[in-house]
Amino acid sequence: MSDTFEPKIVAFLCNWCSYRAADLAGTSRIKYEPNVRIIRVMCSGRVDPTFVLKAFSLGADGVMIAGCHPGECHYLEQNYKAMRRYYMLRHTLRSMGMEDDRLRLQWASAAEGVQLAAAINEMIEQVRALGPLNWSANWHENGRRLEALGRLAQEHAEAMEVPA
Amino acid sequence: MAEKVGVYICHCGSNIAGMVDVEGLARWAGANLEDVTVARDYKFMCSSLGQELIEEDIKKEGLTRVVVGACSPHLHEKTFRKACANAGLNPYLMQMASLREQISWVSSDKDEATEKAKALISGAVRRVIEQEELFASEAPVNPNTLVVGGGVTGIQAALELADAGYHVYLVEREPSIGGHMAQFDKTFPTLDCSACILTPKMSDVGQHESITLLSYAEVEEVTGYVGNFHARIRKRARSVKEADCTGCGVCIEKCPKKVIDDVFEAGLGYRKAIYRPFPQAVPKYPVIDREACTYYLKGTCKACEKFCPTNAIDFEQQDSFLDLDVGNVILATGFDMFDSTRLPQYGYGRLANVFSNLEFERMCNAAGPTDGKVVLRDGVTTPESIAIVHCVGSRDKKHNPYCSAVCCMAALKFGHLAIEKTGAQVYSFYIDMRTPHKNYEEFYDRLLAEGMQFVRGRVAEVTDAARLPGEEGKLIVQSEDTLAGRQRRTPVDMVVLMGALEPRHDARETALKFGISCSMNGWFTERHPKLDPVATMTDGVFIAGVCQGPKDIPDSVAQGAAAAARVMAMITKGTVLIEPVVATIHEENCSGCRICNNLCPYNAITFLEDKGVSYVNAALCKGCGTCVAACPAQAISGAHFSNEQIFSEIEGLLYDAISGNGAGHKVEPAGVPA
Repeated sequence: MSDTFEPKIVAFLCNWCSYRAADLAGTSRIKYEPNVRIIRVMCSGRVDPTFVLKAFSLGADGVMIAGCHPGECHYLEQNYKAMRRYYMLRHTLRSMGMEDDRLRLQWASAAEGVQLAAAINEMIEQVRALGPLNWSANWHENGRRLEALGRLAQEHAEAMEVPA
Repeated sequence: MAEKVGVYICHCGSNIAGMVDVEGLARWAGANLEDVTVARDYKFMCSSLGQELIEEDIKKEGLTRVVVGACSPHLHEKTFRKACANAGLNPYLMQMASLREQISWVSSDKDEATEKAKALISGAVRRVIEQEELFASEAPVNPNTLVVGGGVTGIQAALELADAGYHVYLVEREPSIGGHMAQFDKTFPTLDCSACILTPKMSDVGQHESITLLSYAEVEEVTGYVGNFHARIRKRARSVKEADCTGCGVCIEKCPKKVIDDVFEAGLGYRKAIYRPFPQAVPKYPVIDREACTYYLKGTCKACEKFCPTNAIDFEQQDSFLDLDVGNVILATGFDMFDSTRLPQYGYGRLANVFSNLEFERMCNAAGPTDGKVVLRDGVTTPESIAIVHCVGSRDKKHNPYCSAVCCMAALKFGHLAIEKTGAQVYSFYIDMRTPHKNYEEFYDRLLAEGMQFVRGRVAEVTDAARLPGEEGKLIVQSEDTLAGRQRRTPVDMVVLMGALEPRHDARETALKFGISCSMNGWFTERHPKLDPVATMTDGVFIAGVCQGPKDIPDSVAQGAAAAARVMAMITKGTVLIEPVVATIHEENCSGCRICNNLCPYNAITFLEDKGVSYVNAALCKGCGTCVAACPAQAISGAHFSNEQIFSEIEGLLYDAISGNGAGHKVEPAGVPA
């Protein structure tokens, strides 16, 4: 590895479309950068926001969630749920000072090996430009993040206070 | 108790070993990863020797978990699960790392690839430790089969199954089965009469006691899973009672309304408002075209009803629905013909004597609109020269990049028929002559001998603007002759465009309905392009014929039979294993909030009023895991994809980041204000 910063990206790929797109990228020998580490889930809808937070907290510099295109979900519509969670999560992460490019939602059908590889390369490039996240290392020092988290916890508690 | 993990790194010949230091990787795993007791590399792990290696270690070393670093789990997960089971280890205690598809085939630097491989192996090892014993359940296979599409492929598949004694529901969208083949006159290279070989098969289907033929019908909805699908079929209203109709055809004879037949006659001929697409149609019952019928338009006429000897006409008939239970599905939905008006430079639809291949096919057919005579659009003049243009919409980046596979041979067939019927000078404008099957090249040789002229080059334009003497009143084919190295202007009387085969316009909707996927071009995707061409990624759904990709009649028939053989194997076995990847709600943690209830696309989650908790019906659950992700109390666990398993995999994948940034230490939760 060279001296330049090499980001680590964790990617959650759905079993039916995106993971197969990654398979296809392989069988078609489409080269992409080695910074991405793929986790197979049955559906992008399985991606619990805590998976993403966990990855960041353990040292990932970026996280990709990839699923079937809208309307093509193997489980009818669960990718829409992934999409909702993605926007919610992005809002959360943004308020904690994290750059948008570190979390990416990518649609890739089983036929889109080229597109998935291109998206991975693009994301690696973007995250490389952002530099290391070092989330966990900065955790205790970075008071802003703690404050933000406190505010979010408050917001969330208020939002949950719905009359029964 | 600490687990004993065995790690097996496959060289895959040089496929992985060429880009990843496999020996080093195995040594590293054995030395550095916690709980790994055995780590080996082997030339081909999927070979029987490779599998035996794993089996022996499980028995001798007492391995409790296995990690195989090889190809994609989509290829060999079953192989290695079986090896584990053979040695007495629960198959779900095995995890694969896709070193080939995700690393060696996509990387260009060996050091980087090896580093990435370490991360993937580390992730798989951490994950497998959290994996739990699971037990696949068995479900019976319903012996009935749904075949969608009644072209020659669907017919073949249906007959193979029915002849073996299994019941088939054959659903066809058009009023008759037969598909494109029924429209053809001759078939290449033998010049067999298409109808002579197809219609006996069609009537076999119509008469077969094991085939329920549902024509003029479409599949509305499919639910269920392999062995136990439920399909809802919409039978469109024929306006003819099938039980009473004898197929005598008096109604067609007496119907006063003629309309252009855009489907079967490709717009060259007429049919009545009550019609059968062609005389040998199966089933024999006619259909009233409600958009053309005078009664539906103006409220009077009813000539067909008056003359029908069995009172079979029913103007009030409504669409009806049929619910079928089937074990397997074969999709043989075929193709659409390329619409040549999309290439305006060829003049189709603008210049009268430019014909589509389907039009020419109908013209050659003795039962067709011209009684088998090849004539110009005026209906009487015999052409003295004909140009056949290849690759119209095929091998063209603006339209379809693929080769349509059948057009070269069809063009040769047209050449032969045109020479035989008219004695005309026939020119073929081709890019490459593709004749790759038995007796195909010989047919090409025959046409060379018969005097068909071949010009190698794509046609730029077909025009009626005469510029040179001898071009007046002709169509001029402007092309490049790449063999002679010059431009040609070839004046002819008739031009035939060999349009591409395209996926059905609604192929993507069909794919979605049956839970399968399409290629970028829109053809249905097979499970494996070489070794599993008729199965799909969805168990119990098979594909055959052109819907999978362009192919000719023999290949389509072979695939239809192949799909039927696959289905027969399922029926004969009688049961299928159902993956135990389902969600379970732990009642003690469930607060009864019901957030999960509405998330489930299969309505598998119900709220138990008496207990105040939600419950997952395992038979309906497909294991997507959305409810698991959504449960605020983490009361739902997803088998084989549990939070613990994914968390551990993340930890393993980021092993190098964790040691570098100190994140391995637990983050103090008290740091977060309440």
